[in-house]
Amino acid sequence: MNAAFALIARDVRLAWRHPNEIATILAFFVIAASLFPFGIGPEPQILARVAIGIVWVTALLACLMSLDRLFQAEVEDGSLDLLVTAPAPLELLALAKVVAQWITTALPLIVISPIVATMLHLPADGYATLLLTLVLGTPGLSLFGGIGAALSVNARRGGALLALIVLPLTVPILIFAVAAVDAAIAGLSPRPHLFLLAGLSVFALTIAPFAMAASLRQAAE
Amino acid sequence: MNWHRFASPSNFKRLSARIFPWAAGGAALCLGCGLYQALLVSPPDYQQGQSVRIMYIHVPAAWMAMFVYANLALAGAATLVWRHPLAEVAGRAMAPIGAAFTFLCLATGSLWGKPMWGTWWEWDARLTSVLILFFVYLAYMALNNAFDDATRGARASAVLALVGAVNLPIIKFSVDWWNTLHQPASVMRLDGPAIHPSMLWPLLAMGVGYTLLFVVLALVRIQAELIERRLGALVQARLSAEPAA
Repeated sequence: MNAAFALIARDVRLAWRHPNEIATILAFFVIAASLFPFGIGPEPQILARVAIGIVWVTALLACLMSLDRLFQAEVEDGSLDLLVTAPAPLELLALAKVVAQWITTALPLIVISPIVATMLHLPADGYATLLLTLVLGTPGLSLFGGIGAALSVNARRGGALLALIVLPLTVPILIFAVAAVDAAIAGLSPRPHLFLLAGLSVFALTIAPFAMAASLRQAAE
Repeated sequence: MNWHRFASPSNFKRLSARIFPWAAGGAALCLGCGLYQALLVSPPDYQQGQSVRIMYIHVPAAWMAMFVYANLALAGAATLVWRHPLAEVAGRAMAPIGAAFTFLCLATGSLWGKPMWGTWWEWDARLTSVLILFFVYLAYMALNNAFDDATRGARASAVLALVGAVNLPIIKFSVDWWNTLHQPASVMRLDGPAIHPSMLWPLLAMGVGYTLLFVVLALVRIQAELIERRLGALVQARLSAEPAA
């Protein structure tokens, strides 16, 4: 356990000392979302209807951008071998890497998401549920993304490959997150969708550590 | 029964040489009879008219899309658990066949959907989950080819095949869990099939024909892959021997 916490603390400190990386991802999130009003027209009614989808899809893509570096530094400086041979279980260490990625990428995205949603005229009833869906859904994104990152370590065309692997796996999360916010805006209870969303993240938590550890062991062979 | 008997390529070659003519003949017979029955003999549907004949191509393709993926996941498990070299080759050989069946299923469904539903594509649960299955096939093939070391590619894509297997029950039960445009199951039901025998038999013949066709294609592709690896090993051996000579 201590090793896992040490790994989380190290990754968070590294991210803190290189604020450029997260700033780039946040800038991508804001710029990509602000392209949509140019693409589909600035009418507030149309934007309000599609705002939640835009926020979620661009947040998903922004998360994806940070994922292809998840294990790459470890591979390049050779510390992946140390993680694999460490006495702590590799499943736990891989999970710690994902937790650190969530803290340093998903959390800042969640914090600025209301600003992006305001730019897109999201109806006022949707904000609380939007934040809730992001808090419940992004751990699932990071975990499925962690599987993709571990699988594509050392691969040719790693970034595009990562998108190809991860995006199909994240579709259910997107569906239930958007359905929850739509329900809240329509005045219905978002609870069933939120439960399903939380269930997906828990499901990802049960399979991702094993899938990540299996593929990291192969990468280190 | 000792399954490891089939692990060695030479045993596989002997076994597949014995199966191959039967599977190829059976596939030709079933597909020939099935297509004749489906396209000419079976009655047009009282609602769908002649377009119901697309179903004889579409439904078995959908079965095969899922059946091949199940095989892919089993081959993936064998790759990871037993480090079975033939399972690696089998997974690599089967994935494009499964992707082709999935594409056939989506394309024929789209052609049927235009006259029947009035739309080429509808974002309903069954269609969307099959589309995701197609994407997972593409990701599998891309990952399998993404490494210089074939074994590493095989193992990485085996993990992906197992993770993606979650999609299979979602596809199967999508028409029961969600109220969708796609009709619910009418053949594989606990209380017996709900379609008339004059349509059921050609459909089953097509299903058996597709399965045998898959066996034939998989055997050919596995053989080709084994020969390719052997050739690669020979070239490697020649190259490493040359500087010494």
